[in-house]
Amino acid sequence: MHATFSYPKYSFTPSDEQRTGTVRRHPVVVIGAGPVGLTAALDFARKGVPVVVLDAEDTVSVGSRAVCYAKRALEVWERLGVGQRMIDKGVVWKIGKVFNGDRMVYQFDLLPEPDHKIPAFINLQQYYLEDFLVSEALKSDLIDLRWLSRVISAKQEADHVVLQVETPDGVHAVEAGWVIACDGARSSVRKMLGLDFQGEVFKDRFLIADVVMKADFPAERWFWFDPPFHRKQSALLHMQPDNVWRLDFQLGWDADPEEEKKPERVIPRVQAMLGADTPFELEWVSVYTFQCRRLERFRHGRILFAGDSAHQVSPFGARGANSGVPDADNLVWKLALVLDGKAPESLLDSYSDERVAAARENLLNSTRSTDFITPKSEMSRVFRDAVLELAVDQPFARSLVNSGRLSTPTTYTDSPLNTPDNDVFAGRMVPGAPATDAPVERDSHPGWLMEALDGRFTVLYAAGDDPVPAEVAKALDSLAAGPLPLAWHAVTERRRGIAGELVDSAGRLRERYDLAPGSVYLIRPDQHIAARWRRFDAAALSAALYRATGR
Amino acid sequence: MAKLMTEQRFASPDDVYQLLIDSHRDLTPDQSTRLNAKLILLLANHIGDAEVLAEALRAARQGVE
Repeated sequence: MHATFSYPKYSFTPSDEQRTGTVRRHPVVVIGAGPVGLTAALDFARKGVPVVVLDAEDTVSVGSRAVCYAKRALEVWERLGVGQRMIDKGVVWKIGKVFNGDRMVYQFDLLPEPDHKIPAFINLQQYYLEDFLVSEALKSDLIDLRWLSRVISAKQEADHVVLQVETPDGVHAVEAGWVIACDGARSSVRKMLGLDFQGEVFKDRFLIADVVMKADFPAERWFWFDPPFHRKQSALLHMQPDNVWRLDFQLGWDADPEEEKKPERVIPRVQAMLGADTPFELEWVSVYTFQCRRLERFRHGRILFAGDSAHQVSPFGARGANSGVPDADNLVWKLALVLDGKAPESLLDSYSDERVAAARENLLNSTRSTDFITPKSEMSRVFRDAVLELAVDQPFARSLVNSGRLSTPTTYTDSPLNTPDNDVFAGRMVPGAPATDAPVERDSHPGWLMEALDGRFTVLYAAGDDPVPAEVAKALDSLAAGPLPLAWHAVTERRRGIAGELVDSAGRLRERYDLAPGSVYLIRPDQHIAARWRRFDAAALSAALYRATGR
Repeated sequence: MAKLMTEQRFASPDDVYQLLIDSHRDLTPDQSTRLNAKLILLLANHIGDAEVLAEALRAARQGVE
């Protein structure tokens, strides 16, 4: 097969503790150097927390896995300094088209409004993504990446976890104050703890073929029900970098996975889709089935599960990696505060609460898409086909066509960390919502709101066209000098020379946050809204901070 | 609850019944099933109220099992 990527080989270097036979206790050990584990490691390092990352392999993700990365995950990576590299290499897209037969029945735009720094989606092979994350991690002295280090047991003690780690040099013990298990859908840590991973198995098989070709399809997601080239089944097309195209063919439950993987079976399918005269080469072929399931809780004492080890979805909707990265985003600031003695351990339960809620939302969406693509009963198929038939002429039916509802970030509506609104605000920036971006001028340069939300708590004070009242500035300065990592910014309508001001000259911030002069927002380190008021009240702000840190 | 209207609402009930039956004339059972599914979707959207639909579905399911 053709190769557009050469896999790096990371060398195993025995750790000091293994060489000298000493047992060291690390504040945090991350198990698994995939997208979620590496994201967590980078975030810990940003917050000054040293972290050991153990990975059983010595290279990046092999073959064809995740492709589509959504705005929210990219915003997390952007905050960690690696987002732009991914966007530069990736294929940026936002339009999806759904066909029934050879007619388009539905089209969606994942980011219809202008003025966002980060695009709706990029497509990028998972190996590039991991390669970028690893190179970023290698730059940090706080991240200790250990390859060919397989965790074979995990034992929880009162105030730490003992891991037995198998390396080419044998087995040794590593102690961790806290363990983040990012070891994937087949998580061995989950098995060691004997945790239930319950859900639904879907009786269908899909063929993935990544092909290398020159083609003039647009950078859009195209999905077919019953296309002329693959009757009675679905098909999906995505553009990736390096002229690689992801083709996905539904095969049905009775398909023989070994037979279907053979080039003599795959090539005719691809030719039927692309036309016999389009030259292409296969880069990767696999046949997969999928499941939708999750752990009941993501925190088990000092072991926290994040990513596929905690929840698994179907690929339709790109909700796998795109929900794993926000897990890390949600967890790391909380654990960093706990390690620093600035928040109680119970704050970590809110990690489980908030991300279980997100997983439920993702599983619901994923299951519904799957039920539409793979109807489980005769009547389910009848309704599905009726929707597709009606969608040609009836606008209402188009919104029922479900080829995958693409990943959007979860609003933590019921989170105990939110301070409920007492004042009236319009728009989507409710407590628990992920902050939305807006263009602002910072230090006389054009920039973005998201750049100001840098991993600390952030207070935005809408100054309007006035100076910031002295008592407000004083109260905010004293909070910023306090124990919690916190920064504050005045939002002004025109440049006033206030230190740290965000000049909202386009008015988007005002519009998207329903700001009026005097409005205040408190935003969490993971860029979710914690509280907001129409008038500055130092006591209310302190109470909200108290609440957002689980006290 | 009880948003679903179940009192008689047609000016001419027999005409409506005939309309339903006639629409299936000369169709195979499969074709009829298709027609019914499309009809349900069209009417559900016309009603535009998930609560009313849920109540109708409950009423329709009664006695089926």
